Amino acid sequence: MRHFVWERYWSVVKKEVIQIKRDRPSLAIALVMPLMLLFLFGYAVNTDVNDIHMAVWNQSPSAASRELVDQFVNTRVFEVAAHVSGYEEIEAMLDDGSVNVALIIGPDYTRKRDRNEPVDVQMLINGSDPNIARTATSQAQLIVQHQAITLQEIKLQKQGLGELEQPLGLDTRVLFNPNMESIVFNIPGLIGLIMQNVTMILTAFSLVREKERGTMEQLIVTPIRPLELMLGKITPYVGVGLFSFCLVLLVGTYWFGVPVKGSISLLVTLSVLFLVTTLLLGIFISTVAKTQLQAMQMAFAFILPSVLLSGFMFPRDSMPLVIQWLGGLVPLTYFLEILRGIFLKGVDIDALWKDVVGMSSFCLLILTVAILRFRKKIE
Amino acid sequence: MNAAIQCEQLTKRFGERVAVNSLTLTVPRGSIYGFLGPNGSGKSTTIRMLCGLLTPTTGKGTVLGFDVMTQSEEIKQRIGYMSQKFSLYEDLTVEENLDFYAGVYQLNSAERKQRKTELIEMAGLTGREKQLAGSLSGGWKQRLALSCALLHKPELLILDEPTAGVDPVSRRIFWDVIHELARQGITVLVTTHYMDEAQTCDWIGFIFFGNLLAEGTPQELIDRLGVGNLEDVFIDLVRQEEARQAAEEGVR
Repeated sequence: MRHFVWERYWSVVKKEVIQIKRDRPSLAIALVMPLMLLFLFGYAVNTDVNDIHMAVWNQSPSAASRELVDQFVNTRVFEVAAHVSGYEEIEAMLDDGSVNVALIIGPDYTRKRDRNEPVDVQMLINGSDPNIARTATSQAQLIVQHQAITLQEIKLQKQGLGELEQPLGLDTRVLFNPNMESIVFNIPGLIGLIMQNVTMILTAFSLVREKERGTMEQLIVTPIRPLELMLGKITPYVGVGLFSFCLVLLVGTYWFGVPVKGSISLLVTLSVLFLVTTLLLGIFISTVAKTQLQAMQMAFAFILPSVLLSGFMFPRDSMPLVIQWLGGLVPLTYFLEILRGIFLKGVDIDALWKDVVGMSSFCLLILTVAILRFRKKIE
Repeated sequence: MNAAIQCEQLTKRFGERVAVNSLTLTVPRGSIYGFLGPNGSGKSTTIRMLCGLLTPTTGKGTVLGFDVMTQSEEIKQRIGYMSQKFSLYEDLTVEENLDFYAGVYQLNSAERKQRKTELIEMAGLTGREKQLAGSLSGGWKQRLALSCALLHKPELLILDEPTAGVDPVSRRIFWDVIHELARQGITVLVTTHYMDEAQTCDWIGFIFFGNLLAEGTPQELIDRLGVGNLEDVFIDLVRQEEARQAAEEGVR
């Protein structure tokens, strides 16, 4: 009596498949929603900072000052949005957000440059978004420094000292994502996030729906075991989830141009493990919730922290240790490492085994908790 | 072991509320036992404890010789249960519902085929195999539910208000089936509010406020209270009990 009976498991699978097939709208949502979300977020989630709107107050119009402004524009980081004359205008524009930075060239710029005297230009930066502010600061510093060195070289050459030799140089090579495009980093993460949310919601409703419709009462007077019921319920959804995963994988690869560098079969295998984990998480929600509404609320209560704690948005290394541990309770955390590893670095299981172990342990943990939670009682 | 169900001092509390108060009753094998009582009197709670859906707070009980406290899974394999609310899958067809439960009760394919044919015929569902259960009318739904509960040839059938809201013709057909099952040796425990149905039971137990007030054959109960029919037995018992409780309140 105590062991797993395949026949009972298989009847649940068949029953679920029939029910999924009859419920076309839900099936359509399960298949189409990941695609739509990927298209939407693929364009929306972009952490590259380009074309920062800049106001320019050039109080010393000349070839020299215009050259400096051009240097800013040529990097494509800055874009001149307006030419102004006065701090009031600049302040107003910073306030209403039409520009994020302002470049102020003083009235004595051209004169001092002509005389080879040191001169400063000023930049005002809207610091409310640190990401933009940091980019603007460092880029502006680079541009001005570069311009300064060029001027210094010309000056030294005029004095007959010949080429200026840099005493120290840095030779960088960026691996895996040489152009440092954020989309290359974001698409694999998005695929994981979308799959987690869609599949978790699929099963979060499954047991609750039976409770609400009263079919659970009939089911628990049968000899069926909780493990047979739960595995039977998630099996068809593993298929649905895998199909959906392949769709978003194709879109990520061909539409967004983020190719998979590593082994596709390893990626698919580990995705199945991930799907099983998130589906079990949904089942767990289903054992706790009493109504479908509650299940929905619980699913959302889980989704938001998982976005932030998994390392999807912000690097986990810079989080406090406790928060990093909490991130370990989110299956997405492990899957992101796996996805990014296989997608971008093309790494093998040797580099990912820790995440695989982490995700498997979480999977078993959630299965155990769900089985303990699920009583064949109606109290 | 002659009793299909035997319970002693069976009690169920939900927090402060006592739903079933030290209930002692015996259902002999092969009999039809009618369980009567007003709404909210504890009938369903008792039935759910016997099926293993609820754990009794205190007391002892055996169903087919198995302990309700510890052996509920053994009990589940041997009983058929039908709740007052239709609890089969409305988005599955008649046949798919039967197939699902046949699988859950581990019937092999030969048994499955045979039982399905038998039960579809018994329930008069021939020709409706491909119809969605949700689109059946009340009477048909109940007969389908009964078929699902009988698939695995249970020794004991527990029915919780099986005929509530069902038309007289369907009720008659339903009860003909129940009597036929009893003749085959299946024990039936059934709750109902229809006194014409109760009249045909072998035994009647009357429960109110969680207490078993009277037990006996229908005729015994009628004679004991000196009334004309079961309906008056029901009403007299309820009035007596209410008067007794009101008196107790007054003393306090």
